[in-house]
Order: sequence, then structure tokens, then C-alpha cells
Amino acid sequence: MKMSGADALLKALEQEGVEAIFGIPGGASMPIYDPLVDRSSIRHILCRHEQGAGHAAEGYAWVTGKVGVCMATSGPGATNLVTPLADAKMDSVPIVAITGQVPTPVVGNDAFQEADITGITMPVTKHNFLVKDPAEIVETVREAFHIASTGRPGPVLIDLPKDVLLAETTYKWPERINLPGYKPTTKGNSRQVVEAVKLIMRAKKPVLYVGGGVIKADAHKELFKLATTGQLPVVTTLMARGAFPDSNELCLGMPGMHGNYTAVTSMQQADLLVALGSRFDDRVTGKLAGFAPHAKIVHVDIDPAEIGKNRVVDVPIVGDCKDVIGKLAAELAKRQEEAGGVPERGPWLRQLAEWKRTYPYRYEQESGGALKPQYCVERLNHFADDDTILVSGVGQHQMYASQYWQFERPRHWVNSGGLGTMGFAVPAAMGAKVGRPDQRVVAIDGDGCFQMTAQELATSATEKIPFITAILNNGYLGMVRQWQELFFDERYSGVWLDPNVPDYVKLADAYGAEGIRVDSPDEVDNAIEKAFSITDRSVVIDFRVDPTEMVFPMVPSGASNDDIILGPEGIRSTTDPAEAPIA
Amino acid sequence: MSTLHTISVLVEDRPGVLTRVAGLFAARGYNIDSLAVGPTDTEGISRMTIVVNVDESPLEQVTKQLNKLINVIKIIEHDPGSAVERELMLAKVHAQGDARARIMEIAEVFRVNVVDVTASTLTLEASGKPEKLEALRELLDEFGIVELSRTGRIALSRGERGIRERSALRAAN
Repeated sequence: MKMSGADALLKALEQEGVEAIFGIPGGASMPIYDPLVDRSSIRHILCRHEQGAGHAAEGYAWVTGKVGVCMATSGPGATNLVTPLADAKMDSVPIVAITGQVPTPVVGNDAFQEADITGITMPVTKHNFLVKDPAEIVETVREAFHIASTGRPGPVLIDLPKDVLLAETTYKWPERINLPGYKPTTKGNSRQVVEAVKLIMRAKKPVLYVGGGVIKADAHKELFKLATTGQLPVVTTLMARGAFPDSNELCLGMPGMHGNYTAVTSMQQADLLVALGSRFDDRVTGKLAGFAPHAKIVHVDIDPAEIGKNRVVDVPIVGDCKDVIGKLAAELAKRQEEAGGVPERGPWLRQLAEWKRTYPYRYEQESGGALKPQYCVERLNHFADDDTILVSGVGQHQMYASQYWQFERPRHWVNSGGLGTMGFAVPAAMGAKVGRPDQRVVAIDGDGCFQMTAQELATSATEKIPFITAILNNGYLGMVRQWQELFFDERYSGVWLDPNVPDYVKLADAYGAEGIRVDSPDEVDNAIEKAFSITDRSVVIDFRVDPTEMVFPMVPSGASNDDIILGPEGIRSTTDPAEAPIA
Repeated sequence: MSTLHTISVLVEDRPGVLTRVAGLFAARGYNIDSLAVGPTDTEGISRMTIVVNVDESPLEQVTKQLNKLINVIKIIEHDPGSAVERELMLAKVHAQGDARARIMEIAEVFRVNVVDVTASTLTLEASGKPEKLEALRELLDEFGIVELSRTGRIALSRGERGIRERSALRAAN
């Protein structure tokens, strides 16, 4: 069938099952927008900034597990996608970005709106393509979706020069994918599984260290089986919140820099860590040399480069978490049956339970006092139904969200973990709502983050994609302020934003959303109930929270996890700049 | 310990592949000592020989990251002594008066060809192990080198197996 390159592109996207594209057109990508008029199965969502389009594609991918698609024109349109691409690379989010490019005869000629986007995005994509022959468009789309969604997922960019889009070609869906250099190992080695289970059987203080890979692999059921079969305690990293239900007694919650005492200390004292789709990130390990010093390590990951990258591993298993965890659970059940039951670990489990009782997350909300951000999160959680999807930006509010929201299911939590991209929440929430239109989507955002991408509220209004944004407005870049308070002698520099600028209620109104302002604790419940009753447009709640509140517990950057600080009373003023943490 | 490592990489012959490979080293701050690229016996597949000065454990991370590049098909790191390594060098040297005869003598001892002659210079073509070329260069330095170009080393592992079989074996181990 003869058609233009652009039409072939859209037909291929249809064949890949794409239902939505988040994008903004421009000169070089205009050929795609003309046939889009006739392709009714694909919804184009016109965003207000390409960064928003990129994060929206990520939000869609986080909640659906499908490939999110964003589109931009050449030059500045394409370069605005760099941040979402880098974010998706760090958090292994499957997205495909399509960019227009100047016509091939002028590529490399400093033409109007030209940028070498394949060169620019090489380090922040899993792979990218510059297509110079219209006959290669369809197979490139097929390869791009395959690469983005298999193995360790990630972002793929396809750059399409305008003349290639306009040229006539023949549509032919390739039966086979020809990528000789790309063959991810998905099946875990059975001998290694046996070795891992031997370690589990011998362990007196085991912990399952669960990362985002478990959610990416849809392996939560296998994880539940493994954990409950062996009575194995579970920590879920920031990327893995919801992979294992917080309400289960085996769940210890989030480890890491702002994790709870039990999760952090369980890893420090464990004699075995079974890392499942996690990567020993510095925010989890603290000072690497002091991390989990007594633990043997089993590391399961689909990416061989993660194994042994930060920590020497005793039993490495390369494979898809769903396959490997399933095998581990089955083998463990068999061994336990032979051994006559679950190995005796009473003291360990009792110790963990005691820590959980003694050292929960804590804050105080005085009834007439300043509004606490943690209280806002808890009340939002209280009113939210089980299917509510929570999205966050990056900073203090993100930590409060992860700490005080009870996560019970996978793919109900969306945030920017590895890259720490401020401005992620609003567009990602919009993308999540497109992917799960029947579920309520709540973004918990900071006032600093919100202002970076708030323009997508306009998209939300015109495209009728309603979601709720709860701004924990402390008038500061709060996390930086916290570090200046703790490690830079309270010398505040470049962190005050002013809680009154902009007026968030008026801003919401201007964008066709409902704005609600909350100044005191007794107004919180009414505001949330009102927000949740509105379903035909977006809502922005401006929670005026205590600017002096800080996130605890905290392991200062560069310190060992053994030096966890439980609250402000644990802080010793650091005057020696050499001791101040760096990042 | 930081030492020179020789890595052979089979890649798809596509635009940008060299940038992807070189970028991986650059992003981690490793300097590539030499890099040679050329076609193989299979159409569409090129072979890179990379010499890099890096510690053992970061090298493992680099090769794993290289393996993740979609256009990279196979990688092997040659153990020292287990590979035949060769390099080609062209050197243009000042050669007037007595020097000319002495340079011709050195050329003969090193079994290198004289490929261009002018009234004042000689251009030598030498191939061999990198150490041999280094020794030759030091000798020629005395006469004054006008210009010098080296290809960077290429390598094949010793024994009957090729890169595909060898890397399959490594993966299995």
C-alpha cells in the first residue's frame, strides 16, 4: 500500500497499539499532523510544553506498563524533551519520542530549528534512530517499541526529517525484528536459583530488597508468594512502593536517605539481602562501604551491568524478575517442605516488629498550630479510595508522600526517582489519567515543582483530563532549605519562593481548574472532600504548610546508614565545611 | 591496577555507532589509547579494536555497558599474551647526508619499507607489534621526525576460535 512516510508512521503506531500521543507540532513535524486528522484511533493531546508532553508519556507508561508516546518538532521542540528522556532512562520507563527533523539535504547545515537530537540524546536514551529512508520508518517504529518495552525498559527516540515524512513509501509491517546486538536475558539460571535458595534457607536475618524492577516486570504476585512462603521481610524502595502491600506485616516500608528506621536498620543488620530489581543506589545505601556490612547478597536484575556495579554479589541472577522470583518462590517452597517448614527466625521477626512499634514515622499536628505537610498527606490518603493513583514531584513533599501514603498495589504510585526531576508531577499526573481514565489521580506537589510545569493545567482543561494537585506550599525550595538549615548553619540562600506568589487559587481559576486554599488543620478535610467531589475539571489545593517542617528520619549524604537521624533533636550542628555533605 | 586492555568489539556498520562506543568511555572519563575500525568478512558488520588504560573493575562495567548498546553485537577482552596484536606506522624522517644511510640501515634491521623518497626526507612504512614500532620511533627521533601516523592496534585472539564462539563461551561461563 502506497502512502506518505508520515502516514506510514501513524499506521505503524496504530499497529503498535498506541492510543495517545502527547505532543506539540512545529515546522518539521507538520507532515505528521495532516494524516493525524484521519487516524481517529490515535488521540493527540496538545500539550503546552514539550517537557510536559514527555513527562505525560512517562506517567502513562508508569501506570499502564505500556509504551508512552510523545512528539515534538525539530530543534527547540526536540531539546525540550531531553529532561523527560533522561528521567525515563534513569527510572527505566518505556517511552518512545518522535521528533521532526529538518529535511535531509540541510541536515548538518545549521538550518532553521535544527538540532542534532540523536547526538544530544545518545547518553539519555536506551537507543535512538535517525531515519533517512522512508522505507525504513515502519521497521524503525517496530524496533523502537521493542527496545523500549523489553529487557530493562527505557526511552527510545526516532528522529524523522521532514522530506522523509513527505516522501511516498510502501507500507509493510516487518514480520521479524532484526536486532542482532539486542537479546536481553529473561530466563534466570536455575542453578543460580538453587544457590540463592540455599542462602535464604540458611539466613537468620534475611531481607528482600525490592526495587522498581519488580513493578516493571509485573512480578508483584510472585514477590508476594516468595515473601509469604519464606516469611521474608520486605523493604520497598521509592521506585517500588506498592510492589508489596504496606499493610502486610512483612512489609517494612521504604529504606534509604529518608526511609524509616526499621527498613534502614533491617538492611544494616541483615545477614542476607535478596535484591530484586533494585540497583544499590546511593540514596538507598548511604555510604557504600558501611552498607549492610554483614549481609551476603543475592542480586536479581535483567540488566547484567547492574550486577556487581556497586556491591560485590554472592549469587548473581540475570533475568526478568517475574521469571526469577517465580522460580525462587517455587524452589523455596520445595526446600522448606523437605526441611519440614520455614527456618526458625523468631528473634529477627520479633526484633523488626519491635522496631516498627518503637520507631514509626512521626510528626505532631497541633490542632490550632501550623499546618503540617505530613497531616495533609495522611488526610488525602484517608479520603482516597483503593484505586487512587498517587503522583509526586521531587523534594520534601515527595518524601512525605512516600512515607505517609499507604501503598497497597503496584502501578498506583508515579514519581521521579533516579533523576529527581522537579516539575514531574503535574504532567505525569495528566499522563496517568489518560492511561487510567476511570481512576482518580492525585498529584502531591511542592510549590517549587508546581511552578516548573503548571502550564499543563491548560492542557488538562482543554483536553478534559481532570486530576487533583495538592500543593504542599511552604514558600520554599524546601529540601534545599532543609539542608541549609542542617548543614550550612541556617544560612538560607536562594530558596525563598514566597507562598503568595503566584496566588495558586487565582492561577487554578485562570487555567479553568478549581482552586482551594487551606490555611489551617481544621480546613483540611472539607477541602479534600470538596476536591474529590469535583470530577469534571482539575483541582488545585493550596495547602499552606509549616515552612520549618523537615523530613525525617534522615541519613545525611555520605554518612553510613547506621548514623540515621530520627528527628531534629538528633542533629548536631556542623561547622566544619569539610564535614558538610555534598549532594 | 591500571593497565592497558585490548578489547575487540563487533558492531553493526551504521552511522553513529563509533560515537556511541566512544561516548561510553568519555562519559566515564576514560581515555582511549587507540581505536581502529574496519570492515569484517561479514557485510554490515565492522570490528573495532579499542585499547584503553583503565582498572580491572571499571573495565568490567564499561564492557557491560558496551554490551547494552543496541548496535554492539559481540565483545571480547583479550587477555595479555593470548592475542596477536599488530599496528601500522608511517614515519617521515629528515634524511640528509650521513643520516640517509643510517636510516636505511635501521629500516633493514627492522624489516620496514621505504615508501617515499625526497631529497631531504625518507618515509618508512612499518608494521608489527606496538613495542617494535615504539622502539623504531625512538631510534628515528634522533634524526628528526617530520610527521608520523599510526593506525592504532588491531588484534585477533590466538587459537582456532573466532570472536563469536569465544564470546559465546564467556557468556556460558
